[in-house]
Amino acid sequence: MQIPYTLQFINLLAALLLLIAFAMLAQRRILSLINLFAWQGALLALSTFIVAYSTNQHHLYYSAGLTLLLKVILLPYLLHRLIHRLNVRWDVETLINIPTTMLVGIALVIFSFNLAAPISQLAEGITRGLIGIALACVLLSLLMMLTRRKAVSQVVAFLSLENGLFFAATSATQGMPLVVELGIALDVLVATFIFGVFFFQIRETFDSLDITHMEKLKDD
Amino acid sequence: MMENYDLLLAILFQLAQLLLVVLLAPLLTGWVNQCQAWLQNRSGAGVLQPYRVLRKLFHKDAVIAHNASWLFRVTPYIVFGCMWLAAAIIPIIAVDLPFSQAADVIALVGVFALARVFISLAAMDIGTAFGSLGARREMLVSFLAEPALLMVLFTASMISHSTQLPSIVDTLAHHQFVLYPSLAFAALAFVIVLLAENARIPVDNPATHLELTMIHEAMILEYSARHLALIEWASSLKLFAYISIGIALFVPHGIIEVGNWAGLPLAIVLLLLKLMLAGAGLAVFEIVSAKLRIFRAPEFLGTAFLLAVLGLLIHFLLGA
Amino acid sequence: MNAVGILPLDVAGWLVQFWIALGVAGLFLQRAPQLINNIVFPLSALTSLLLAATGLWALAMPTGVMVLPLGLPDLPFHLRLDSLSGFFLILLGAASLGVSLFSAGYFKTMAGSTLGLLCLEYHLFLIGMTLVLLADDAYMFMVAWETMALASYFLVTTDHAIPDIRKAGYLYLLIAHVGAIAILLSFGVMQGGNGIAAYTFDAMRAAQLDPFWSSAAFLLALFGFGAKAGVLPMHVWLPEAHPAAPSPVSALMSGVMLKTAIYGILRVTFDLLDTQLWWWGVLALGLGLLTAVFGVMFAAVQGDMKRLLAYSSIENIGLLLVGIGLTLIFHVYGKDALAALALTATLYHSLNHAMFKSLLFVGTGAILHATGERNMGRLGGLIRRMPWASGLMLVGVLAISGLPPLNGFVSEWLLLQAFLLSPGLPNSYINMLVPVAAAVIALAAALAAYVMVKFYGVIFLGQPREHALEHAHDAGIWERIGMGWLALACVLLGLAPVYVVGQLDHVSQMLLGAQLGNAAGNWIFLAPVDTERASYSPLYFMLAVLGVMLLTSVLVRRLYHGRVRRSDPWDCGFPAQTARMQDTAEGFGQPIRRIFEPFFKIERDVPSPFDTHPRYHGQSDDRLWYILYLPIKHLTEKFSSMAGLLQHGRIHLYLTYTFVTLIVLLVFV
Repeated sequence: MQIPYTLQFINLLAALLLLIAFAMLAQRRILSLINLFAWQGALLALSTFIVAYSTNQHHLYYSAGLTLLLKVILLPYLLHRLIHRLNVRWDVETLINIPTTMLVGIALVIFSFNLAAPISQLAEGITRGLIGIALACVLLSLLMMLTRRKAVSQVVAFLSLENGLFFAATSATQGMPLVVELGIALDVLVATFIFGVFFFQIRETFDSLDITHMEKLKDD
Repeated sequence: MMENYDLLLAILFQLAQLLLVVLLAPLLTGWVNQCQAWLQNRSGAGVLQPYRVLRKLFHKDAVIAHNASWLFRVTPYIVFGCMWLAAAIIPIIAVDLPFSQAADVIALVGVFALARVFISLAAMDIGTAFGSLGARREMLVSFLAEPALLMVLFTASMISHSTQLPSIVDTLAHHQFVLYPSLAFAALAFVIVLLAENARIPVDNPATHLELTMIHEAMILEYSARHLALIEWASSLKLFAYISIGIALFVPHGIIEVGNWAGLPLAIVLLLLKLMLAGAGLAVFEIVSAKLRIFRAPEFLGTAFLLAVLGLLIHFLLGA
Repeated sequence: MNAVGILPLDVAGWLVQFWIALGVAGLFLQRAPQLINNIVFPLSALTSLLLAATGLWALAMPTGVMVLPLGLPDLPFHLRLDSLSGFFLILLGAASLGVSLFSAGYFKTMAGSTLGLLCLEYHLFLIGMTLVLLADDAYMFMVAWETMALASYFLVTTDHAIPDIRKAGYLYLLIAHVGAIAILLSFGVMQGGNGIAAYTFDAMRAAQLDPFWSSAAFLLALFGFGAKAGVLPMHVWLPEAHPAAPSPVSALMSGVMLKTAIYGILRVTFDLLDTQLWWWGVLALGLGLLTAVFGVMFAAVQGDMKRLLAYSSIENIGLLLVGIGLTLIFHVYGKDALAALALTATLYHSLNHAMFKSLLFVGTGAILHATGERNMGRLGGLIRRMPWASGLMLVGVLAISGLPPLNGFVSEWLLLQAFLLSPGLPNSYINMLVPVAAAVIALAAALAAYVMVKFYGVIFLGQPREHALEHAHDAGIWERIGMGWLALACVLLGLAPVYVVGQLDHVSQMLLGAQLGNAAGNWIFLAPVDTERASYSPLYFMLAVLGVMLLTSVLVRRLYHGRVRRSDPWDCGFPAQTARMQDTAEGFGQPIRRIFEPFFKIERDVPSPFDTHPRYHGQSDDRLWYILYLPIKHLTEKFSSMAGLLQHGRIHLYLTYTFVTLIVLLVFV
């Protein structure tokens, strides 16, 4: 059985998304992290576009455009400005060293592939496997949130987590209704703004963006 | 009668490739160097420079240390023989080379390891500081690169259900075109392994003689004249072999079956084109990247391993 | 052959009796040590050769069984020689042939009385191992097992005047007995509650155990035999006992005795137990991987050559356990052809390891004789003083590094092929994890090459680090013959894999009911499963490499010239260098120590630049010793001191204990 080329291409994009999730996990510099996030958004937009083309669903064209606008242009731009304003271009410090994180990441991928296997059996033939990759992306983003020390990289991890969910939605179920997507997009945007405000607050309070300082907040 | 004719033809092809690789390999090295020269705005020494160097070295008297043992003198021949054979049995123009049966792709890795162990031992033979420093670093890089390389080969052989290079080429080149994301990952990992195993930037620098950075050059510091020439030639052959493996695994399109005379010219042209592109790509990569500290090499090669494992997992998940 | 009614088992029995005679003769010939050296040991080697031949004969013959009129009343000894025992007899015979020949030269310098005793212990050790392989009941097995353990304990403590050696021997004996108890319990479980009459292996084969008791028996056997084999975390005795023992004894212990433990695991798992569970395989695979990587990592940082080899043995045992685990997994999922492939790889590697590890251990003996030095930091440059030993050792080093065309590569290749065929198992977790396990194997194999380059490079190459090394002499004639045989075996096993695999098929047929066969159909190409899938021909390959080498060297000399000038090596513009400034074993292991730092417990004294007498001291210890063994030791000491409270030395008190015990027992009865 020959799989149609559009699906092969989506498979390739899914694989690349996973690769970028790992690259983000391994990345030491904040600026590169944001660039990777932009690339992830671009891949997401492209895959949504291809799904729209192959299934002929017009609303997916809009959501592809929205993704492009929001996740490739607007959010990275905002984050870049934020970093510029906060002047936090230092290297990201990780809590666990990177090779160990990578090994944990591989274990997570194996876990989520096996977890998704029964779900994939239920899904239609063309999307098998993609759910597993999307799930792996989500778990990897969570892992990144766990292992990072700086608030900015945690926000990037949060955003990439949302990317993973979005990919699961478009590729596996051929997209959510446009209204829902608009709502989520708006949420993410607002969340980023709120995070931005928080960063300034955190820094004014602790003179640093290192979240380990927040341990001081508990009473004892 | 017909079978005998086929076998004869296959042996002929095999001999032709044996000659071809040994003559072409220095040209590839020359081409990479020339591309680098162009990228650095130098006019360069020309693609034929490696041949001139070899000729010069062969003419000189060999100078070896007083305490050099037989191991030191025999190693260049062993290394050269191993690399030559390795390069000669990879299908780059035609599949069905009769000698390919003798060593599958895992055995090829073994042959590279054999050459590496000998050259490391020879480096320690004289007992100078550089020799054993180089040997130690070479073995370090190799034990990090080998698992990654094996994972790459596993991914490729999972797709074609074979570890024989001709079968792998056959599956990929002579069937319907399929996009394999797993192979894309494996290819990236393979590039990293290729850089590390062939002593290229960012793991090693083939053009340096600075003690803090060298690996391969440190090992062969005591060699001169014909011994050095053979080792240099073997390095060219190794680079050629690695690029050939890359071509066979990832872009085998255009490789023909033995006896397909009509496809032969196209196959040769395609091969030359692929080699030129690979060489140019290597030059560009080396120009834009910087040499890593030796203890960053594990991380770099760890990336290769990670990519290869991801490729394998993706193959399991997507079946492609 | 059957016309005269002689069976392989009879021959094996005669050979064992001859060994007993040789051992006793050694005891009586104390006054004439040269007779022991020049007659008893060579005769013993001849017996080994015959034993190996008997094993080969037994592979294809139907199973032979025998009941001896020895043992306790109503509990006679049972013997049995089937394909599995036959294969391990070959291993035992072939390895001990080389070691005994070497011993004929090695113990030359030893005093007569010690030599006589050693000769007896040496033969008892061989007999113990042979009977372990031939035993067909739990009683015989345990007697043979204990004979083997005790004989080897006395051999390890040959130099018992040295406190460290006594300590090493004690540790060895302790762990051997903990293991023996576990094996005994395992046999007890397998009897299935049928009482003492069910002590024969036949009764155990017939017993129907439920999965719980089967698992208990497997786990006990894995623990017990694992303790003997040096599987993590019971490996601690190996790096202590091997350096303590005389080199031929280390060779036998590492080359053969560890394999009897592998034999035990195979016997219990595939022969005595009738059901296997998939998680046993995963457990064995995981333990094997851990052991392999652990062993090779520690081998890389050792400075003592025999300790290095001991850790390398741990690595190889790990690889064997991986093979067993893979066999189990395939077998449980009904893929018996693949199980046969994995089993063949395991057995092949056992045989290979017996050959090259024996070779390397006796080689260290030759070095020890020539230099009196075990510390690699004081050796160097021996290739020029010991051409025979260095040449033969090079074969062993290349073989153990898993390089073609020698034997280590064949088994590694087969194992990797088995790994490659794992997809298609019904369990998707195993499917994904098994190829990653193959990468760990590749890591261990590549690290083994690192270790061996260090081993050979530091000992044989470079300049002599001490002046005393200038007077080192080469191995003697018997030593050369012994090492020569082992090296030859490494080459032959490497070049004729098709023949070996064909013989191993008998064992696979017996244990798994499936054969590997050779798809290529000729003796040149080894092609398990399918010719399209993979094939390998070491003979062609070696001929081609040799041909190309000769051609190149002739051409270079013809077209140009072969002139050579000798000169000093390049000294980096610093002429005041001495041989002591060369890279040491410590230095060569530095990258490993640095990359795998969390696994070692490192103690280092780095002198300050202004020290007038700078001394560098570095030590890398095993963390498991501190995490696992010391707490156990403290706990044991605590309990024993509590037991010590009962002791007062007064007879009345002891009589009171006896009285109270009697009363309590009577109450219960």
